[in-house]
Amino acid sequence: MKGNDKIRREYLSRFANRSYFMQGDESVAYGSLYAGCDFFAGYPITPASEVAEVMSAELPRVDGYYIQMEDELASLSAVIGAVWAGAKGMTATSGPGFSLMQENIGYAVMTETPCVIVNVQRSGPSTGQATKPAQGDIMQARWGTHGDHEIIALAPNSVQECFELAIEAFNLSEEYRTPVIILMDGEVGHMREKIIMPPLDKVKIRERKLATGDELLFGGELIPPMAEFGVGRFIHVTGSTHKESGIRDVESQQAHHTLVTRLCKKIADNRDRIIRFEENHLEDADFVVISYGATARPAAGAVLRARGEGKKIGMLRLITIWPFPESKVRELGARVKKIFVPEMNLGQLSREIERFVKCEVIPIPKIGGIAHTIDEIYSALKGEV
Amino acid sequence: MAEDADRKEVAEKRRHRLFKYLRKEVLPTAFCPGCGCGIVLNCYAHAVDELQLDPNDIVAVTGIGCSSWIPSPYFLGDTLHTTHGRPIPFATGVKVMQPDKTVVVIAGDGDLIGIGGNHLIHAARRNIDIKVFLVNNLIYGMTGGQLAPTTPLGISTTTSPHGNVEHPFEIAELVAAAGASYVARWTTYHVFPLMESMQKALTKKGFCFLEIRSQCPISYGRRVGQRTGSEALQEYKESSVRIEDAAEMSPEELEGKIIIGKLIEREKEEFTGNLRKLNVELRTKKTGRSPEEWSLS
Amino acid sequence: MIEIDEELCKGCGICVDFCPLKVFETSDKINSRGYYPPLPVKEKDCVGCRLCELLCPEFSIIIINE
Ligand SMILES: Cc1ncc(C[n+]2csc(CCOP(=O)(O)OP(=O)(O)O)c2C)c(N)n1
Ligand code: SF4
Ligand code: SF4
Ligand code: SF4
Ligand SMILES: [Mg+2]
Repeated sequence: MKGNDKIRREYLSRFANRSYFMQGDESVAYGSLYAGCDFFAGYPITPASEVAEVMSAELPRVDGYYIQMEDELASLSAVIGAVWAGAKGMTATSGPGFSLMQENIGYAVMTETPCVIVNVQRSGPSTGQATKPAQGDIMQARWGTHGDHEIIALAPNSVQECFELAIEAFNLSEEYRTPVIILMDGEVGHMREKIIMPPLDKVKIRERKLATGDELLFGGELIPPMAEFGVGRFIHVTGSTHKESGIRDVESQQAHHTLVTRLCKKIADNRDRIIRFEENHLEDADFVVISYGATARPAAGAVLRARGEGKKIGMLRLITIWPFPESKVRELGARVKKIFVPEMNLGQLSREIERFVKCEVIPIPKIGGIAHTIDEIYSALKGEV
Repeated sequence: MAEDADRKEVAEKRRHRLFKYLRKEVLPTAFCPGCGCGIVLNCYAHAVDELQLDPNDIVAVTGIGCSSWIPSPYFLGDTLHTTHGRPIPFATGVKVMQPDKTVVVIAGDGDLIGIGGNHLIHAARRNIDIKVFLVNNLIYGMTGGQLAPTTPLGISTTTSPHGNVEHPFEIAELVAAAGASYVARWTTYHVFPLMESMQKALTKKGFCFLEIRSQCPISYGRRVGQRTGSEALQEYKESSVRIEDAAEMSPEELEGKIIIGKLIEREKEEFTGNLRKLNVELRTKKTGRSPEEWSLS
Repeated sequence: MIEIDEELCKGCGICVDFCPLKVFETSDKINSRGYYPPLPVKEKDCVGCRLCELLCPEFSIIIINE
């Protein structure tokens, strides 16, 4: 247990079983505190600033540390540094800042540094409609950093779920020693809802697996244990290709192959344990709507309306975006006639779905900073089912 | 013969003391012959040996470039070899979580004042207790001699083939103005004051910064008629001016000179100390935003 | 006393050029990496200032002052 654990438990106990009315951004921050986050470095950006605002107010109260850095490159850098010095670290940003973080996301992947990156997606490219929501970073989250890699990304669709997925994100990052992205959207980030915070001891926390002896820190097993600075291990952490000891070895094809395939495998081989989704009315469905994040809310409304009219339509809500739930989607694609994909972009996830199904995939895109309405999704379905 | 063996043994003991701070299995270094990086490494090992620091109490953080290889792989101790330009913010995270460790950043001019320049001045402003040794060889050495923000006006490099049209940074002056606790400039010729200055930086609280003018005979020296390390050191020897003397000289007289010595040494509240003070205060005091604002029950 | 680890040396010549008492000459014997290490031909003149020890980029020279 960390030195500050007692202070943290004592402070968080005041929230147990009480309900609050707050934004998704605020809720994701509280979820992180529950998960044991004790370090946050960030840079303000709409619609993610509220995460930093809560963290700056609350982290010192749980004997953690909040730093406002000079930019998003520095923010994720500081988080990774803090994690190697023993912290559970996170940062929060939106599209422009997320773009700036890409190089260090790759660094976190390569150095197997657990950390959490909240991206409250906003309308892009570039400054776009600065304050308005979007879901345009689905592919940036997957492939934003260079080189072969796997990534974990979660998409909450309610304020309560922001809280829960924050805890899940930290747990996954520790379990798989990898960065985890919480892909919120401005809609979920700024929406206000009632949430109930659980007692801390009812929350399952995955603690960091630390080396107990002189185990290899960068190989030897699929997910090696970590060590923290200052315990006499003389740890060598590098984003360059390295041996299992951590020492750089950039000339050997074999060393690179071994390292990068293991990093991919540790996520890919555990897909079934990582991936979460929610199924509704899929048993008898001939048609299915696949959606995620805030868009899944009007999508669910449209599905209900169509079912009220006797249509055999169901819904799959993705909670895990990456790794992509390919076997579930493949299975659905083999038995339904059409898949509809409403999302606040021009069809990023729908293209991914197409890779795994033979049935027709119909995107229901919407951009411009205003979420889909139930009517809009319903009318897109209507002529097709 | 017996005396010879004794000598060897004593020498090995001394070397061993220095090697306590180094991953000796990777020596000799990968630096080109006569490169200043090796001199900086040597002075650092001597400095920590003089201070008798425990290698376990030092965390070294570095970026990308030849100079970044000084700590990684050569320093024995916890080592964080980061992305290009970012060692200072990485080190910031380390220092905040482990304030009792000596956190040292050693990297090049391209890394720390080129791509990472913004981090350097902000860390100085915060006065975080990090020790930064910037190895200024006036060039992007590792990538083969491209223009750096430190390359003097007129010099031709692989990316300024017609001569550099930009003015270089005066880095030490910049960092001093940004708020550091201790700033000095030395060259790889001035090994004794450099070593002393390193010791000062390693022991003084706050943001401590050394600009170390250093030679890159391969990617820079060749272009300015200094094919060997010695030729560069000769220039450093001849054209360096003590900061006290420079104060009496005109800008014309200072043209082409390297001003060496201590620029600033001051007492200032340190960042990680302030963070900790805040945490302790908050245990008894209620300030700022509280979750009660959102409470329903 | 001057102790040189010839195998660490890269033959840069800095010690030869900067010893104030010109104690070193470049050896004509090559080391296993193909470099010419210094020879302390005037070791008697050495005043033990350690300049060469600190200037050597390769930890090749150790000065022992009794
Ligand atoms: C983001 C990024 N851009 C560019 C590079 C390529 N790069 C590697 S080292 C380097 C320059 C290093 O210069 P400096 O820090 O002065 O080190 P030196 O080699 O001169 O000691 C560059 C541009 C990189 N690694 N990463
Ligand atoms: S390229 Fe220049 S800086 Fe790099 S090792 Fe060679 S001499 Fe040193
Ligand atoms: S300074 Fe060192 S590396 Fe250079 S020649 Fe002398 S002993 Fe060899
Ligand atoms: S210690 Fe001084 S005098 Fe002796 S060899 Fe080295 S540089 Fe020359
Ligand atoms: Mg350089």
